[in-house]
Amino acid sequence: MKSTIRLALVALATAVLAACGTGVKLDEPTQDAAPIESRDAAAQGAGALAGGADGRGIQQVEIERKDPLDDPASPLAKRSIYFDFDSFVVRDEFRPTVDAHARYLLSNPTRRVVIEGNTDERGSREYNLALGQKRAEAVRRAMSALGVPDSQMEAVSFGEERPRATGTDEASYAENRRADLVYP
Amino acid sequence: MRQLLLAAVVAFTLPIVTQAQMRLDVSGVGATQYPIAVADFASDGRAPQQIADVVRSDLARSGSFRVIDPGITLAESSTPDYAALRSSGADTVLAGSVSRLPDGRYDIRYHLSDVVRQGSLGGESLIVSESDLRYGGHRVADWVFERITGEKGIFSTRIAFVSKQGARYRLNVADWDGENIVSPLTSPEPIISPSWSPDGTRIAYVSFESRKPVVYVHTLATGQRRAVANFKGSNSAPAWSPDGRTLAVALTRDGLSQIYLIDADGSGSPRRLTSSPGIDTEPSFAPDGRSLFFTSDRGGSPQIYRMPLDGGPATRVTFGSSYNVSPRVSPDGRLLAYVTRNEGRFLVVVRDLASGQETILSETGNEESPSFSPNSRWVMFATQTGGHDSLVAVTIDGRVRQRLTSAAGDIREPTWGPFPQ
Repeated sequence: MKSTIRLALVALATAVLAACGTGVKLDEPTQDAAPIESRDAAAQGAGALAGGADGRGIQQVEIERKDPLDDPASPLAKRSIYFDFDSFVVRDEFRPTVDAHARYLLSNPTRRVVIEGNTDERGSREYNLALGQKRAEAVRRAMSALGVPDSQMEAVSFGEERPRATGTDEASYAENRRADLVYP
Repeated sequence: MRQLLLAAVVAFTLPIVTQAQMRLDVSGVGATQYPIAVADFASDGRAPQQIADVVRSDLARSGSFRVIDPGITLAESSTPDYAALRSSGADTVLAGSVSRLPDGRYDIRYHLSDVVRQGSLGGESLIVSESDLRYGGHRVADWVFERITGEKGIFSTRIAFVSKQGARYRLNVADWDGENIVSPLTSPEPIISPSWSPDGTRIAYVSFESRKPVVYVHTLATGQRRAVANFKGSNSAPAWSPDGRTLAVALTRDGLSQIYLIDADGSGSPRRLTSSPGIDTEPSFAPDGRSLFFTSDRGGSPQIYRMPLDGGPATRVTFGSSYNVSPRVSPDGRLLAYVTRNEGRFLVVVRDLASGQETILSETGNEESPSFSPNSRWVMFATQTGGHDSLVAVTIDGRVRQRLTSAAGDIREPTWGPFPQ
């Protein structure tokens, strides 16, 4: 760019700034400077108003606060904790899930979680109901140890009554030995 | 096809969805079989139900009778042809009549005779409404059963059980032979552990309708139901005290499942009975109301314990297997039914509490939920064959077996009702 034009632009910019500040009508000091459209800002923001009468309308966009519970990429999207046969210990691989939900509850004190325990179908229904409760309780205790208040959690059991997998093979049994975190 | 069409027509015309009939199959015979002739009852032709048919079915299915149909009609006031009956092999003969009263009810009269001694063994009469004619037949069969065997019959009793059809669960009540099915409760969520009150007017059960287990008491005549245990966590395993005023339940309000007593009307607060570091559940009252049997894994594996209700420690009752659950005491207090796991198979066992002798009643190894008949002679339980759940009732000596199946879906969780009051 020629140094004169550069100088002119600086002068013009200064003039624009000065004019903005004092409300004095803008004068264009040089004719060969690239014209600066005062309508540029409007044109950038509104693709929809390309056909507008004078193109000066402004579309408004509001970003909603996203509930991290709805984010499929968040660790909170994991809602199931699986247990080994005859075991009621939360395995290490599920610790991050427990941590994430505990942190969410601590940050959202009005939120409540129901922890639903399940078992495979072998044996007495009532004893299985109690075993499912033991699984839910293990998760509840893990979250309680992280500071989540009792008022925000309830551990319940479905025992063998709501299986996710209905086969009688080991893979189905393993799928049902599980505690689910449910946000009502 | 015709049955399907009939079912479709019925579904459109009745407000209550009717279920497919249940089927009752009997196998085996009792140690003693009394041969009895049951004649057709004399009638004025207006009774829609042949009483003798019900009596013949009941007595035959008990396994204790060899029922002979002499192919004749015999009123209670007539003298039987003893010679002919003797040659048919009968030791006794039942005769009777049914007549319609002016008010629309039916008068059933019956009389039992000793074929050998050619004498009367007694008789009675009863009056029932038209809708209760089958019930009348059952009452006659009960009378005959008790007259000849000396034990009370269970033909007038009812059973309750849970059925699952697709995503729909029902609590059902039926006659002991699977007839007259009514569904006091239909729900999209599971129902488990139904338990009949001692006076037969209410059923306690666990419903998951609020997405957690809650104990309800349901009054059959009115359909009124009340959540009697809905504490934090899971509420389940209701068991009636013999006087019908208290329920023992399993609650997890304090962490793991423990046993509490609550008032059957849901008033007052729960009184905690057990304090173990493990799981305590499945309470069952002894009929004298003085002790409670229950399942506990306090010793490391689920076993059956007995505790006195006036305080005192629980004592372990089962040994041997590492999995013994679901205790039920017989109404006469002499027997304990429970489920044991043996090499991966779940079997129903009956133990004589005095002698310790045990009889295995099971068949496939997928059994659960035993329930005694009110005369303590039968145990009904749930079994699974070919992927479907059905009910089986077996005599305590294991000899006679009755299977109840439903074409409409899986049936499970039986509870045998009391003698009619």
